[in-house]
Amino acid sequence: METQTIENKEIATKVTEKISGSEAIVRCLIAEGVKIIYGYPGGAIMPVYDELYKYQDKIHHVLARHEQGATHAAQGFARISGKVGVAIATSGPGATNLVTGIADAQIDSTPMVCITGQVASHLLGSDAFQETDIVGISTPVTKWNCQVTRAADIPAVLAKAFYIAKSGRPGPVLVDITKDAQFEDFDFSYEKCTKIRSYVPIPKTVIGSLEAAAKLINTAKKPFIVWGQGIVLSQAEEQFKALVEKAGIPAAWTILGASALPTSHPLNVGMLGMHGNYAPNKLTNECDVLIAIGMRFDDRVTGKLDEYATQAKVIHFEIDPAEVDKNVKTDVAVLGDAKVTLEAILPLIDENSHEEWHQQFKNLYEIEYEKVIKGDLYPTKEGLTMGEVIKEINIQSKGDAAIVTDVGQHQMIACRYAEFNKTKSNITSGGLGTMGFGLPAAIGAKMAAPEREVVSISGDGGYQMTIQELGTIFQQKAAVKIVVLNNDFLGMVRQWQQMFFEKRYASTEMVNPNFVAIAEGYYIKAKKVTKREELAAAVAEMMASKEAYFLEVCVEKEGNVFPMVPSGASVSEIRLE
Amino acid sequence: MNTEKQLYTISVYTENNIGLLNRISAIFQRRHINIESLNISPSEIEGIAKFIIVVNMTEVNVKKIIGQIEKQVEVIKAYFHNLEEIIYQISGLFKIKSELLFEERQIQNIIKESNARIVTVNKEFFVLEKSGKKEEIAELYNQLSVYGIMQYTRSGLIAVTKEAMKISELLKY
Repeated sequence: METQTIENKEIATKVTEKISGSEAIVRCLIAEGVKIIYGYPGGAIMPVYDELYKYQDKIHHVLARHEQGATHAAQGFARISGKVGVAIATSGPGATNLVTGIADAQIDSTPMVCITGQVASHLLGSDAFQETDIVGISTPVTKWNCQVTRAADIPAVLAKAFYIAKSGRPGPVLVDITKDAQFEDFDFSYEKCTKIRSYVPIPKTVIGSLEAAAKLINTAKKPFIVWGQGIVLSQAEEQFKALVEKAGIPAAWTILGASALPTSHPLNVGMLGMHGNYAPNKLTNECDVLIAIGMRFDDRVTGKLDEYATQAKVIHFEIDPAEVDKNVKTDVAVLGDAKVTLEAILPLIDENSHEEWHQQFKNLYEIEYEKVIKGDLYPTKEGLTMGEVIKEINIQSKGDAAIVTDVGQHQMIACRYAEFNKTKSNITSGGLGTMGFGLPAAIGAKMAAPEREVVSISGDGGYQMTIQELGTIFQQKAAVKIVVLNNDFLGMVRQWQQMFFEKRYASTEMVNPNFVAIAEGYYIKAKKVTKREELAAAVAEMMASKEAYFLEVCVEKEGNVFPMVPSGASVSEIRLE
Repeated sequence: MNTEKQLYTISVYTENNIGLLNRISAIFQRRHINIESLNISPSEIEGIAKFIIVVNMTEVNVKKIIGQIEKQVEVIKAYFHNLEEIIYQISGLFKIKSELLFEERQIQNIIKESNARIVTVNKEFFVLEKSGKKEEIAELYNQLSVYGIMQYTRSGLIAVTKEAMKISELLKY
């Protein structure tokens, strides 16, 4: 292979040089610092794969087992590293298979660049073999997209793509490149993009808004912070912690914001939303100043909007002006990057402790503990609970693992009970709720942060949506720890059927395969646990494994996730049973 | 804030770009908002296009739409105005049988009174053009339809605003 690789060569340079469009694509990726990409080859992208073969010492291409898996792996990579994830696919079905991951990245603000091959430009619009209008299809779910039909446009478009994907509020970008543009030779030079005149990634902070926000915070009797992924995306964890501690304000998180402040922090009062904690939901409607930071008031967080924090003055720290007043009317909007605005507001904030107010959170926590948490974490009846599995993982990982979840009951339980010491430790599909996200996302996360313990937790439903990525784990020797919490049901839908559809379990019962045999078929060590007394040892064996490890835990079949804010109800109407 | 629906023009200054129309119209489609009219033309600044979109919406919702339009990478700026804040024109074209021009004397009066312009006349038909407000064009349509209209079409609304739109300054950054 050595003869094929290019050693000690200036990869990207301002000096022009005649190369093909496909080589240019690879050279652009290298110039952007990309070392790992996820993808799947096919006809219209073959010239690029040929170049990847030559440059394999510079860029490691991870062959997924389905293009959707490639996007989720790129997302997992991006979420744990803060860098742009890259996915690559061929035209037609290759491209359309990317769409779910792109939509997921869009709604969860994940920086990702997708490159698709396209039929030759003279065939565009002719319903050619594997032609699909991927630019048209991906428009509503991308931050930006573009079709390239000339090799000469490749460097500038890819430079723009990386800049747009990672700047401001991050998001997915798709670049579709015709096969003739990949073959065409041109004079290559690469310059990073740092500015687009029509694009304002970070809005200016309105003069006086910091002071107005500080005044509200300083005079508040019952201030309450709700934070989201914005803290993580702007790497504002330190500034955020300083604010929370100085002002002594109880703070709760959306699931994408989880882990930005350690779970054990005394002012971290838990999770917001439909299956969040009791106190932060209840007290949203009792606070006098609601301080939202880097979050977007998703309906799963707010419940019924007409009865959401109507008593409170609302401050919104936000990078995306379109989010201000979109769902909740704001009194003070602090536009800008959270790291910058939080740092700027800190000197204006008075020290405080709000002990009585904080005590209200503790009191409600006690109620939740008695009614819900105790039974979830320390069950006495037969049948394993999802909660006790998470608790065991907490104990054995000491809260240092990155937890990658799929979508459903196990996700809510994992987010509720996982302990996080470090930021960027909770990787999940929040906005889109993409079943099948977890396993491939864990691959990307492990490859981006090999030094970290990465535990993928899925349900038996979502796991089977992308189960083929076990092949990727095996081929890449990715040491992902895979936990499937198996209740032989599509649990969350079943819970709704039980609560709202009089137990008519329409198509939610799963007749499952031998999961251990499947994992072993991919040469992954595997174990199944059905009894409480086996759990700790099995988790220990999994955590001790240097390689990938699969652990199936059979949990109670009809366990429910509580508390719950029923769909369309106010956060005050949160139910404990 | 006004919660009644009313007609607004949304003026969007953009880079010229294939696919941007798709991106912008998708924002309306997602929220199930009917676009009453749409016009895309060059603007006062070279290389910058201007969309004028007419919608019937509440002020609260039009503001949300503006935010989502401005978020698009190639959009420079979007504004919204109600009809009192703009100077606008709509153009209508009417194709009518030429014989009517001579047989129906009343038609000549209608043309004169409505300030419509005859664009072309030949043996078979003549074409009338009328610019103005929507009601004025509708009025002319009603008057002419009595005699029979061979073809009729109306343009989208185009407008300039009473207040300044400082696009050039935005582009300096």
